[in-house]
Amino acid sequence: MAACSIEDVLAKAEREEVEKLKSISVHKEQELEFDPGNLFAFDKNPPNIREFRKLNKDEFLRSLARDNTQLLINELWKLPTERVEEVIVAKLPEPTTRLPREKPVPKPRPSTKWEEFAKLKGIQKKKKTNLVWDDVHKEWKRRWGYKRANDDTKEWLIEVPETADPNEDQFSKRIKAKKERVAKNELNRLRNIARGQKIKVPGVGLAPTEQQSKTELGKAIHVAKHSTASVGKFQGNLPKEKTPKNMGKKRKFEPLIGDFSAEKQKQLDLLNIMDSKKPRIDITKAVNKQMREEDRQSGFQKRKSPGKKGRKGNFSGKGKAKGKGKKGGPGGGSGGGNSKGGPGGGKNRKPRMKQGKR
Amino acid sequence: MTQLDGVVKPKTKRSKRFLQGREPKLNENIKKAMLIKGGNANQTVTQALKDIYSLKKPNAVMYKKKNITRPFEDQSSLEFFSKKSDCSLFLFGSHNKKRPNNLVFGRMFDFHVLDMIELGIEKFVSLKDIKNSKIPEGTKPLLIFAGDAFETGNEHKKLKNLLIDFFRGPTVPCVRLVGLEHVLHITALEGKIYLRSYKVLLKKSGCRTPRIELEEIGPSFDFTMRRIHLASVDLYKTAHRQPKALKPKEKKNISHDVFGMKYGRLHMQKQDLFKLHTRKMKGLKRKAEKAEGEETEAEASTAKAAKNQ
Repeated sequence: MAACSIEDVLAKAEREEVEKLKSISVHKEQELEFDPGNLFAFDKNPPNIREFRKLNKDEFLRSLARDNTQLLINELWKLPTERVEEVIVAKLPEPTTRLPREKPVPKPRPSTKWEEFAKLKGIQKKKKTNLVWDDVHKEWKRRWGYKRANDDTKEWLIEVPETADPNEDQFSKRIKAKKERVAKNELNRLRNIARGQKIKVPGVGLAPTEQQSKTELGKAIHVAKHSTASVGKFQGNLPKEKTPKNMGKKRKFEPLIGDFSAEKQKQLDLLNIMDSKKPRIDITKAVNKQMREEDRQSGFQKRKSPGKKGRKGNFSGKGKAKGKGKKGGPGGGSGGGNSKGGPGGGKNRKPRMKQGKR
Repeated sequence: MTQLDGVVKPKTKRSKRFLQGREPKLNENIKKAMLIKGGNANQTVTQALKDIYSLKKPNAVMYKKKNITRPFEDQSSLEFFSKKSDCSLFLFGSHNKKRPNNLVFGRMFDFHVLDMIELGIEKFVSLKDIKNSKIPEGTKPLLIFAGDAFETGNEHKKLKNLLIDFFRGPTVPCVRLVGLEHVLHITALEGKIYLRSYKVLLKKSGCRTPRIELEEIGPSFDFTMRRIHLASVDLYKTAHRQPKALKPKEKKNISHDVFGMKYGRLHMQKQDLFKLHTRKMKGLKRKAEKAEGEETEAEASTAKAAKNQ
């Protein structure tokens, strides 16, 4: 009797266990693939199409989803847990699904010359404190930077060393030394960057971006023009191009207290010029220049005139000089017929051109 | 910020930090998605985009205005947008007679389009059409794919990869077990792809693991696969390349058995076997007090012999 009851109890316990597990167990033909790191599960079983058509679509999908979610949750509950701020948290493993990166792998920064030397010699970086005790001011000051400790450029009293020139300015000497150090540092930094990148960055304007401003284009033209062997001296201008007169320096002044004799001479010359009755401009030169300018203008207009496509076609291929020559031919000596002689008429400042269009 | 050759050089610390955030890194940032409307997007498509935006918040950007582009013909404007907003995933919605209710899921590598898949919406139920309580924004969803089509079909495999990437969210080291509320279930059946979104209710079961009940919230889509644009094999290889620093360092001299037993290897110098210290039989010594004469002498003699050698 007792034995029977024990057996009964055991059987009952077993049944209860099975019942408990029934609520969370799901039967599948094929096991799912899990990736707990991504909270991802993949059910490879082909879905039951007949049931799908029989039932309401959504109901079928929902029951399928419930089964799969149950399996995934079972899997996640198997993970090791810990308690973080009274919350039970499961530690996720690394995700196993291979997904592409967003950006390419970063290239390591190129090392500087000092870093290479330190690696070679085995020099370790020593960690230094930010603040240093300054005895003079009796307070903690930065090791470097604004208002640093032991700043020798800020001293108010410097003893002149015995070997130094008594008239030398020791304060400015220290400031100059500091400036030199700063410049040297900057140069080395830029050299490190240039060595690291191995790209020669061309001067401004030569590597064009989409929209270049007028100044950038001007600079680019200037750089291109002056990159010849004779530094742009024999480079002609384009038709409407003007040579800029003072590139770079806007104004130059003599120092206030400079060469006294030169200043005296300048003032006397000025007085002489004011006294003399000679005109300030060379009239012949001016007239010639004007005539040449007007010839050029007329020639340009003739070239541009419409309806004479043949001539235009001829001009485009060759260079400037030849183009002018060709223009001279069919133009019928329009340029030649215009010469009024060099000093023709003293004050003939605007010689008129009477060659009309043919 | 000054610009030289298209490279922006920061002038302030804040802008420098911003640019450093966008640089390529060993451990990458969370992938952001941009949701763009095409030139002729209708109500369905717009609502679908809005719903997916709410699923992907805060790692998503929604473009309010319509952009007249065609992703499958010209990818330059998409690449420009991705560069500006630093998004590597995109979703483009459009509608025309030939391809009604069109959604193009895509992702980028190094701001160039890696792959794009076009899906057509057959049926769509929006978030606001299903009236019940929803889940908080930004919960990491459980992703479940069902159907053998995802195993056999090449296009379906790519789609699976893309959808995992799209809806994955941030990679976290640990997750609050109670907070697993959202499930995205994607089934491939009879040529169509069904996406359903459920809220997980954890019910008491007899044991530690809870019983799951699902409640449908969220958008539900019935998709059909349309066009697909994949990148070349070597571009995929480059994109999947992981930096060496991330690989876990292998410990040498440790091996594992079939049964899971851990074996280690120690390397020792050569031992002189004659100088080995074996066990001292102390117990035998005491018992040998009775037969002192012989045994102790014998022991002493052996000990001496051992010492001599």
